[in-house]
Amino acid sequence: MSSEMTRRSFLKTGSLVLAASAVTGPTTLFNVSPAQGAATLPFKPHAFLEIGADETVTVWVGQTDLGQGTHTGLAMVIADELDAAWDRVQVKMALAAEPFKDPQWHAQLTGGSSSFRHRWDLLRTVGAAARQMLLAAAADQWSIPVEQCVAREGKVLHPDGRSLSYGQLAAAAGGRPVPAQPPLKAAKDYRIMGTPRSRLDIPDKVRGKAVYGLDFTLPGMCVAVVARPPRFGATLTGYNAEAAMQIKGVVRVVPLDGRVAVCAETTHAALQGRIALQAEWSAGSHPDLNDDSIERLFAAGLKQPGALAKSSGDPRQALAVAVQRVERSYRLPYLSHAQVEPINCTAQVEAERCRIWAPTQGQTATQLTAARLTGLPPDKVEVMTLPAGGGFGLRGEQDAVIDAVLLARAVGRPVKVVWSREDDFAHGYFRPAQHARIHAGLDRDGQVTAWSHTVAAPSVMSRLMPQAVQNGIDPDAVNGIVDMPYLFPNLSVHYVPVDLPIPVGWWRSVGYSANVFTVESCMDELAHAAGRDPLQFRLAHMAGDSRPFALLTLLAERGGWDAPLPAGRARGVALTSCFESFAAHLAEVSVDGRGVITVHRMVCALDCGTAIYPDAIRAQAEAGVVMGLSTALHERVRFANGGVQTANYDTYPLLTMAEVPEIEVILAKNTGKAGGVGEPVFPSVAPAVANAVFRATGVRLRDLPFRRELLTQKAG
Amino acid sequence: MITLTVNGTTHQVDADPDTPLLWVLRDHLAITSVKYTCGIGECGVCTVLIDGAARRSCVVPVAEAAGHAVTTIEGLADDHPVKVAWIDRQVPQCGYCQPGIMLQAVDLLTRVPQPSTEQINTAMNDVLCRCGSHPRIRQAIRQAAEMNAKKGG
Repeated sequence: MSSEMTRRSFLKTGSLVLAASAVTGPTTLFNVSPAQGAATLPFKPHAFLEIGADETVTVWVGQTDLGQGTHTGLAMVIADELDAAWDRVQVKMALAAEPFKDPQWHAQLTGGSSSFRHRWDLLRTVGAAARQMLLAAAADQWSIPVEQCVAREGKVLHPDGRSLSYGQLAAAAGGRPVPAQPPLKAAKDYRIMGTPRSRLDIPDKVRGKAVYGLDFTLPGMCVAVVARPPRFGATLTGYNAEAAMQIKGVVRVVPLDGRVAVCAETTHAALQGRIALQAEWSAGSHPDLNDDSIERLFAAGLKQPGALAKSSGDPRQALAVAVQRVERSYRLPYLSHAQVEPINCTAQVEAERCRIWAPTQGQTATQLTAARLTGLPPDKVEVMTLPAGGGFGLRGEQDAVIDAVLLARAVGRPVKVVWSREDDFAHGYFRPAQHARIHAGLDRDGQVTAWSHTVAAPSVMSRLMPQAVQNGIDPDAVNGIVDMPYLFPNLSVHYVPVDLPIPVGWWRSVGYSANVFTVESCMDELAHAAGRDPLQFRLAHMAGDSRPFALLTLLAERGGWDAPLPAGRARGVALTSCFESFAAHLAEVSVDGRGVITVHRMVCALDCGTAIYPDAIRAQAEAGVVMGLSTALHERVRFANGGVQTANYDTYPLLTMAEVPEIEVILAKNTGKAGGVGEPVFPSVAPAVANAVFRATGVRLRDLPFRRELLTQKAG
Repeated sequence: MITLTVNGTTHQVDADPDTPLLWVLRDHLAITSVKYTCGIGECGVCTVLIDGAARRSCVVPVAEAAGHAVTTIEGLADDHPVKVAWIDRQVPQCGYCQPGIMLQAVDLLTRVPQPSTEQINTAMNDVLCRCGSHPRIRQAIRQAAEMNAKKGG
């Protein structure tokens, strides 16, 4: 897919080409076919849909391939409304461009599980409009009313059995006006969406042909690694450039602001050169910072009143009169994205143009970053998005882009900046840690009457989108609480920012990744206090006609919530509501005498609206379970001596094959708007397991990752 | 000069003997299916076969591989059961780790043609996939084993 994406001369005579824009308001479609004189249109190389005379249907996409199956899914939506022959459909990654900006966020980025839920109407309209144009072209040719023509599998059928292929009709269709509001299919008429399809990117990935960011090369390119501060706020006090230059293959040592780069002919030479530099650093701004001091800061933060993020009723009064009160605290760690492909970026800077090749999740940010550094207008910055070896939110960051542009200009050659795994851990933008306290009250019937929730956590948005932080509230820090699926008559949510030099950023499911754990753990504690079944207790706090109610009911039935269990096993449940979707998890666990938790079975029920691409959705749901269990059992970034102590996977272990349970995925039937998938499938995994462990052992695990010693003490 | 045989082709490589095989394959021979991830032999993403056995190319000095047969994912035929099963089961997500994991699976199936779930778990326990393709890796290995059995029969 990537090899062709810079090819600009794709507008072949006789093709039908549609572009769509939703950046400045409602969706507008443009006919950019050669017959329409497309050469003058600014977004010529960035059309969404191209139907060639050779029958090939090309869907150009602007979303990053991080392994979610999004590229194939985007093509499935367009191809379905188009009634295309699926085996003629291909997907190509487009250069970063205006038409690919998110219709709601007005920036091109892949995150927030937004690829479909922000483009549900847009994508369908593109396919439907092209289909209408092809039908009209056929009707013209046959001189019959368009209503008598039928589109099917890449052809328009005449009532008498004749047909014209889309390739044959493309040129004539390309000369027609674009219908503004083409009729969209009813869900019952989908022929591609909701059906089993093979991912278009998988054969290349299996054959080792996919070119990821780290694999990309250009003639004359050199590879750079950068020595960065090993501690927060540390300044460069010395380095030995000559020693680095002695390493065979090292080309240049380039000092940058507060860091120093080694450019070489090969990656290994650059890495060796950096070692030879023996860069020296000051003690930094927080030399005493370590896990213990961080812990104390969060604990102190939780004692602050914080800013009020949401309030309804009178929780203080309701707590005062509650029949039972439950007050619980929870602690969650900093997490690394730990994506397998380290951060990288290749740049080439010319007088009138800057070119970037990167597995970026934020094309607009990349474009603006390079424009700012080079002084070029953004449209002179070409951003080529390469497949990413995982991302999970990290690849919206621009550090490597900055270094690649600065170094390409300094060296006068294309430069690929490569981070080592140690760089990746040391200079990550972590999922914020948090301490949280929930004070809740139950009435005589065991119903929650009051929920008072305080979160002490660093703020991601203060750095990434400061305008979103209002009245002291980082909206990400409280998501999953202010919009939880439960209805409580009295609710208050407070947020205390914890100010630390540790960079924090977006990480799969953002605030939900932490807050769903605390909400779902505490709901379980309340169910236990009320002497009620945890799943029924949740249902009793939701509207009976709501999607999460239906989903939990589905999980209970199909997942066997009430089915008999082998001795020593117990089940737990938890629920996620985010990104316009709902996920519910059922965990089946046992705990042995040494405190080792075995997760035998996980069931994920998901309501993501229309399930466009069921197999990719199932893959994401399986992935959510694996990552959720990994964070529940293992993951925690550690800090020491004013910097990140965790350096590699040996000290940041991930879930292993033997720990991966049987995973079942249940997709709710829903023909509504497509919701998010990649993020909703993560948050309720860990609390489902903690809740199951409680039922198995009576021990409540309120910290992540789980502290096995609590279970050992119990067992011993 | 070091003489290196990769996928049946012999190359003369001008590299320091201590250079990890990984970087020689990637930067000297442009075989970029062999991926860098941890650099310390921890994650298995850079796995190649040396004389048929899975090795972490990031901690194998290139001199050690000289005179031996190195196999990367390109060295397996497109109809190799592991490749076919990996596509049939739609295993990859981001796909970055998969060439290394597939080669580790080839190593397993060579030693244990019909592995049990426990044997799969043990053999594949030290390769890392952040995307969480584990359930499908297990299924694909079972399918490849079945394909091998049919072929052999």
